[in-house]
Amino acid sequence: MIFNRPKSLLLAAIALCFVVSLFENHIQSYWLYVSYDIAVNIILAVSLNLINGYTGQFSLGHAGFMAVGGYTAAVISNQFSGSNPVLAAAIFLAALIAGGLLAAAGGLLVGLPTLRLRGDYLAIVTLGFGEIIRVIIQNMDAIGGARGYSVIHGWTNFFWAFGIAAVTIYVVVALVHSTYGRGFIAVHDDEIAASAVGINPTKYKVTAFVIGAFFAGIAGGLYAHSKQYLTPDGFGFMKSIEIVVMVILGGMGNTPGVVLAAILLTLLPEGLRTLGDVEHVPGISAEYPLGWIANTRMIIYSLLLIVLMLTRPQGLFTRQSARKNPKIA
Amino acid sequence: MNVRPAQFLAALAVSLSLVGCNKSPSSAAGGGSDVIKVGEYASLTGKEAAFGQSSHEGTALAVDDLNAAGGVLGKKIQLITEDDQSQAGQPATDVRKLISDDGVVAVLGEVASSRSLEAAPICQENHIPMISPSSTNPRVTEVGDYIFRVCFIDPFQGTVMANFATKTLKLKTAAVLTDVTSDYSMGLAKFFKESFTADGGKIVAEQTYSGGDKDFSAQLTAIKAANPDGIFIPGYYTEVGLIAIQARQLGINLPLFGGDGWESSSLVSIGGAALEGTYFSTHFTPEDTNAVVQAFVKKFQAKYNQTPDAMAALGYDSLMILADAMKRAGTTDGDKVRDALAATKDFPGITGNITIDAERNASKPAVILEIKNGKYHYLQTIAP
Repeated sequence: MIFNRPKSLLLAAIALCFVVSLFENHIQSYWLYVSYDIAVNIILAVSLNLINGYTGQFSLGHAGFMAVGGYTAAVISNQFSGSNPVLAAAIFLAALIAGGLLAAAGGLLVGLPTLRLRGDYLAIVTLGFGEIIRVIIQNMDAIGGARGYSVIHGWTNFFWAFGIAAVTIYVVVALVHSTYGRGFIAVHDDEIAASAVGINPTKYKVTAFVIGAFFAGIAGGLYAHSKQYLTPDGFGFMKSIEIVVMVILGGMGNTPGVVLAAILLTLLPEGLRTLGDVEHVPGISAEYPLGWIANTRMIIYSLLLIVLMLTRPQGLFTRQSARKNPKIA
Repeated sequence: MNVRPAQFLAALAVSLSLVGCNKSPSSAAGGGSDVIKVGEYASLTGKEAAFGQSSHEGTALAVDDLNAAGGVLGKKIQLITEDDQSQAGQPATDVRKLISDDGVVAVLGEVASSRSLEAAPICQENHIPMISPSSTNPRVTEVGDYIFRVCFIDPFQGTVMANFATKTLKLKTAAVLTDVTSDYSMGLAKFFKESFTADGGKIVAEQTYSGGDKDFSAQLTAIKAANPDGIFIPGYYTEVGLIAIQARQLGINLPLFGGDGWESSSLVSIGGAALEGTYFSTHFTPEDTNAVVQAFVKKFQAKYNQTPDAMAALGYDSLMILADAMKRAGTTDGDKVRDALAATKDFPGITGNITIDAERNASKPAVILEIKNGKYHYLQTIAP
């Protein structure tokens, strides 16, 4: 692995995101914000893939980490009221990182005592953790409780969203490629064999959790500054499941696949929705002939998931059975 | 998939930068063609679907009525509805689509205050008037001067019930039993206590419970010991039904009364006979003898084969008040419609005569219903 090329390409990707962000005003705001959703989902799915895919754990609490990061970043940025763009950018970055760090601390907190559990048991504990976070927020009056919390600044833009998505992909891929990172896959493949060769599985699991939670927290911060309104309901169990579906559909331990799945699953419901707005289709006389697609899009979406899972259980974008042996992208 | 991470990053960045460029912004501000586009975001599916569907049916009926009468400003109203699935995060996307993709001139929604609060800043930022049919939390219209509502707010309901207690029920003392886990219940209780005391009444007992509780005998025993003339219960129907049963079992035969959280067909099936002679305030009753209301009830029954509830009536009023403002403004321009909306005075809505006050809330009467023989009966209307 030559380390220089990926690094310079990462910088090129970030620079490209910056250039695109200069032309944001020319992109329709609906699609622009859908693209932010895509970036947030990429970060969530890629970071969960480190836990669920590469390390072979089963976490159902990713939305909880996202909530911690989102609320933390929002509380910090809401203290700021100036108009200096450089200062705003610095505060945004600091708020995102603070959100990520607090989420990582949450990852450590839930990880240390529970990661000795395996499989289903771990899934239930992480599920409980996510719900606890949600209920705590619901009862904290200072951040709006069940009513929700307004975020003053809509700072998320193309540069931040996709720049951070690129960094996340880079970090996860580079980490799994590194000598240290092989330990994650060893833990995934066979915990007993891994500990027999001197790898401490608990340490690797906690590390995966902390890194995954950090990026989920940052995704939460980006989400907060794009939607500008947070409610505890938005970080429930269903959000965690959504992210798990992206990882499974993309292929466990297949980063490019997971990224494509995140894009596809975010675009699909929106794309089906806009089909309904097509006024005429050549050969059909009725107005809005595709309206039924828009009305039944959530059913179509669910059906597609079932069909995909039946026909491509190894993941939509995986050539071989990657669940058994996660392939390093 | 043997893609190098770096190549992949570059490909990703390029492909994603193309997303969104495939459609140019709709330049027509809805008024360019022969229709006026009005957007609606509603919880048609998900946990608040019952409320969202009702509200949407009311709005859809208003579209029929307006278009049958020749439309607004000579153009037909086209309602574009987006389902937010009762999910946080969706209203923002829905409203951005309605505004930037469909080019609507105004937005209607939502039932739940938290989702209205999510969409409101976007409407405000784009200078598109938004009317919420039934979000009662005061903070919704505080978002900005383009955000309106056609329902009354929580503080008003507390005041109404205090007036009703002192004037109609002639209570001198009252007890309050509040759900501490609900913002709505706490707000109602607060404003009830303030007005009741100001009217010369006295609160002799204050007890609390948590939503989901099943046993209220401790609170009710304490209330019985304080010997009030009546009990105000600003909660939701599930607990209210149980409280009524347990109160009667303890021999408390005082009048019980509360707010619109009581309104559900489940209330009577839970509380049964224990609810005889209890009262609550709400937005609307199909029993209202007013000709406008009866015409609405008839049309609604003809179209949907069921009796409209308060949500449907509010959904209907939200579009009617918008159409009225457009007619008075003579245009669909967002700023002018906003000004006309703010100047709405004594508009004859289904849910009473609506006047928009300085905080863009609807100042309008509340309806008080009495439960008799397991049915809701219209008792009186209390004007603000």
